[in-house]
Amino acid sequence: MPGLEDLYREIILDHYRSPRNRGELESPPAVRVEGFNPLCGDEIVVTLSVEDGVVADIKIAGTGCSISQSSASLMSAAVKGKTVEEARDLIATFKGMMSIHEATLPVGAGPGGTGNEGAAAPEPEAIDVAELGELAALQGVVKFPVRIKCATLSWNTLAQGLDEAASA
Amino acid sequence: MAELTAPLDTGDRRAAPSALDAADLRKDFPLLAREVHGRPITYLDSAASSQRPTAVLDAMREYDETTHANVHRGVYAIAEEATRRFEAARVDVGRFIGAPDPAREVVFTKNATEALNLVAHAWGRTHLGRGDVVVLTEMEHHANIVPWHMLAAERGVELRWLPVDDDGRLVLDHLDAVLDGAKLLGLTCMSNVLGTLNPVADLAAAAHAAGALVVADACQSVPHLPTDVAALGVDFLAFSAHKMLGPTGIGVLWGREELLAELPPFLGGGEMILDVRKDGFTPNDIPWRFEAGTPPITQAIGLGAAVDYLQTLGMDAVRAHEQTLTAYAMDQLTGRFGDGIRIFGPAEVADRGAVISFAFRDVHPHDVSQILDQYGVCVRAGHHCAKPLMRRLGVNATARASFGVYNDEHDVDTLVEALDAAGKFFS
Repeated sequence: MPGLEDLYREIILDHYRSPRNRGELESPPAVRVEGFNPLCGDEIVVTLSVEDGVVADIKIAGTGCSISQSSASLMSAAVKGKTVEEARDLIATFKGMMSIHEATLPVGAGPGGTGNEGAAAPEPEAIDVAELGELAALQGVVKFPVRIKCATLSWNTLAQGLDEAASA
Repeated sequence: MAELTAPLDTGDRRAAPSALDAADLRKDFPLLAREVHGRPITYLDSAASSQRPTAVLDAMREYDETTHANVHRGVYAIAEEATRRFEAARVDVGRFIGAPDPAREVVFTKNATEALNLVAHAWGRTHLGRGDVVVLTEMEHHANIVPWHMLAAERGVELRWLPVDDDGRLVLDHLDAVLDGAKLLGLTCMSNVLGTLNPVADLAAAAHAAGALVVADACQSVPHLPTDVAALGVDFLAFSAHKMLGPTGIGVLWGREELLAELPPFLGGGEMILDVRKDGFTPNDIPWRFEAGTPPITQAIGLGAAVDYLQTLGMDAVRAHEQTLTAYAMDQLTGRFGDGIRIFGPAEVADRGAVISFAFRDVHPHDVSQILDQYGVCVRAGHHCAKPLMRRLGVNATARASFGVYNDEHDVDTLVEALDAAGKFFS
């Protein structure tokens, strides 16, 4: 039975208590995307500005549990300044980390799921958790399957935002 | 993290001061003997689904081992016996809620959600058209909202809402205006979030005076309070077996005989017909008209046993026990945490059932529930399928502890100690 220390790592609690890049960018010109977790009612708002193929700025708003909030905060810090391509790679890697176990769990595409978790994820052996840096702190979430959707909420929302930025 | 592995100082179970001896009753519920994360389970989620006593589990097993055959089909002995037991369960359930004609007025469905959808389809599609008004309360479960939204989208029906005040009660100041011209009032007997017990009989009388029928969601009330459909004065009443010590897979729609009798079928198939020809079909009599396909027979036997179990305890005793426990829990929670806890719903215990939704400091309900789980304490966290109410309360989610006949003060003490640990963890 996994202990709570696997879930509530110190980095996670730090980002929960002191979220980075909190707020909203003016939209337009920024792209604004909302994400919902229908299971628990969490809502997240990602605003981002993409300039010359680079995520120039990103802000996170909304409310949620410690896992969804810290994941969003960690994500914002990780993708800010990255190219869109790098950001997409990171999303795939992160969701791959979250879907290794999810794919084997019956809750994977359960009620409220977007149904696409892991769809774009690389094969488990292709995931280099080391390249995730601080984000690897969220690895323990996979031991708590119900919370995986908390962790992936902001990432799915960001992916949608990048799509909208590309088509804008 | 150290405090999360320390034992909780909650003492031993005490004899209950209330109407039921929960410590003794617990022995009837095998699941409550298990441990979670190395601790005894503290099950506080009966509003979502209750645990089942051995009497219910045994009844279903005994039926399966001795009697099972399809109902209303065979002429052989066990088929006849299965049919008789299935129909006897129907009558038991009907009598439990005071149905005037239990053999004809109780429809078995998959769950309460299906029962409410049955009303929306069979009654709604034959009685509602463009501009007709359906009144709902802001504290409805999605099961008594979404079917009406679907009907509104399909047929141009207008939805009106009875608001909820800051104490979690319905605002009835403009009741007559809201009901004016309405064809139907949908309301919950007891909120699954707030615990609020609504004045169903008064509202039903007002609705009837306005020319509207009343469909009541009784999922939270039938398992916990004496129920008499005649006294409530409603026209349809829906509830689920698995919240009243019975199995999943079966729910009930009760409807007034003369209303059911004139309704068209809901789902089509076997069982619900008298005759099928190449040019059409003749529907069966009620209640079978609404029970297409093989029904949940074993589950009906289980529901019948659950009703017997509750009747042996006595619903007045069940209510008294749970009311005493709710009062104790509210005292303990506010006494221990003061302003650190916000309990939603009426402050007066007499006006609420055994459901306590709360916000705990600034800890998200999901995190509260996760820490509590580590102590073996099962509480629900989320929007409880009542998002319009969540918006009214100004929250995305709440944590909710709910009680059943098998809970006692020791369970409340464990909840309080585990909450204290959660508070320390996130401080």
